[in-house]
Amino acid sequence: MPTRIEREARPESLLINMGPSHPAMHGTIRIMLELDGEKILNSEVEIGYLHRGFEKMCENRTYFNLLPYTDRLNYVSPLINNLGYVMTVEKMLGIEVPRRAQLIRVLMSELSRISDHLTCLAAMAMECGAFTVFLYKIKAREFIWDVIEWTTGARMTTSYIRIGGVRADLHPDYRPALEKAITETRQVLKDVHGLLDKNKIFLNRTRDIAVIKPEEAINFGWTGPCLRSTGVYYDVRKAHPYLVYNELDFEVPLGERGDNYDRYMVRMLEMEQSLRIIEQVMAQLPASPPEIMADGLEPYEAIKQARRQRPEKPIKLSPNLEGAEKHRYPEILCSDRRYVPPPKEEVYTTIEGLISHFKFFMKGHGIRPPKGEVYFAVEGGNGELGFYIVSDGTDKPYRLHLRAPCFHIVSALEFLIKGHMVADVIPTFGSLNMIGGELDR
Amino acid sequence: MEMEETEILAKLKNKFPQQVKETFISLGMEVAVIDKEALFEVMSFLKEKPQDYAMLLDLTCVDYLGEEPRFEMVYHLFSLSSNRRLRIKARVSEKEPRIASLTPLWRNANWLEREVYDLFGIEFVGHPDLRRIFMYDGFEGHPLRKDYPLRLRQPRIKFRK
Repeated sequence: MPTRIEREARPESLLINMGPSHPAMHGTIRIMLELDGEKILNSEVEIGYLHRGFEKMCENRTYFNLLPYTDRLNYVSPLINNLGYVMTVEKMLGIEVPRRAQLIRVLMSELSRISDHLTCLAAMAMECGAFTVFLYKIKAREFIWDVIEWTTGARMTTSYIRIGGVRADLHPDYRPALEKAITETRQVLKDVHGLLDKNKIFLNRTRDIAVIKPEEAINFGWTGPCLRSTGVYYDVRKAHPYLVYNELDFEVPLGERGDNYDRYMVRMLEMEQSLRIIEQVMAQLPASPPEIMADGLEPYEAIKQARRQRPEKPIKLSPNLEGAEKHRYPEILCSDRRYVPPPKEEVYTTIEGLISHFKFFMKGHGIRPPKGEVYFAVEGGNGELGFYIVSDGTDKPYRLHLRAPCFHIVSALEFLIKGHMVADVIPTFGSLNMIGGELDR
Repeated sequence: MEMEETEILAKLKNKFPQQVKETFISLGMEVAVIDKEALFEVMSFLKEKPQDYAMLLDLTCVDYLGEEPRFEMVYHLFSLSSNRRLRIKARVSEKEPRIASLTPLWRNANWLEREVYDLFGIEFVGHPDLRRIFMYDGFEGHPLRKDYPLRLRQPRIKFRK
């Protein structure tokens, strides 16, 4: 079947493909351009190359099991995706999360936001020829991912934020690593401001290119930094505060023209605000108890003893991630045993723990939200990341729909590049921050 | 579900007494169930100034296999001026899976409706370019329908000339 542009193109104009495999198409997306010389007369965007049936898979997994799939949506800020999904389920169940877990969640989602913006701007700058900026930003991102790795055990596929709280407490030595990440990121932001803000080449390629008016951006359903670059004040963290965001002091940077440069600038300024949030959260977080190994029995010893009687002493080594010991549970997970897996110390040594473990993971048991439907959104790296879940009372969601912010943003790409040059596609596309996993689901 | 009336729901009921079937509040979100024939009128009314639901946040569909009408279209609207979200639902039957397109009102409805057409097979009357968006040409069936098996394999398609 011929595509729309093939049917409509004028016979004398040139049709050219940009993508699906093109170094500047982050992920895979195909842009078909109808050209008159270097001018874009018309274009068509074809997506779906990374479609994995996320929503269909989720309908066939339990609420607890489908969490790892959410990592793979926006893979540069997986923690925000975890948060969005988990908070939607929590809203259905009506769970109260302990304060320490809330602070850790804010900390992690702001770190993710910074890494998201850094990746977007790094790629955008590199495609405009500023390779130094790319290296600087990727360097800063590594320091941030160090903190994430120390906390969650993984760089990208984190699955860290769980229903009822978080998977484990912060690493006992997270503070120096986080302080280093903050100083490094600040320095990189300062350097990049110096390199790009008044750089003539960068300005020529971004200033007044792909301008969108606020009304049009709203009409396209834009949210996040892209909408704010047009001057519209809308941030989910301010409009519908969740976690502890209403207690924190931060600003929402706005652009005024809605062009590529403003989208770059809003992201840059937003990172500074995120750093401010992180510092405030750090000040509020009481340091976690330093010793990980509680004084007690060796694990094999405890299991051996448990065959005959209940072990008297606690277990010395946690069999799972650091900071996920039983005595940390009240601080990082909700107290309702129906919604959180029991601590491993109990599972291995007591019959009650083993039974509640089975009750949690067995088919047809586990987390079963009441019948109904819910929509909940958090501020993702690209904008409003919303989950719409329909529950029929069983342990699997009847329907799970993701409101992907970049789906709405990329749908405006044809409109944005119309009438510009071929070379303008690259910075425009870069400034939109298209993420294949989230766009195609 | 509380049977509470808010301003916008009461307004909707007054304006469209026949078409609005039910209004309620579900987990903090205002919900109105409407007749699918009235969808475009209701949406135009909501988008206009005093109501000012200027943003189409989301548009999706739920397949209630075994119920009649089978499909339920779910629209989420957002008003920047009053900072409120609103959910509009309309049932679509399996025999006649057709509903009005919202592309004249919101431009992002174009891709969102293509997605629902692709995954559920619902036709949008008045859509300018209704094609599959995620799946390829030649794909048979609509994968998010409940009667589409999870692991169904489809034959490979031939190279396009």
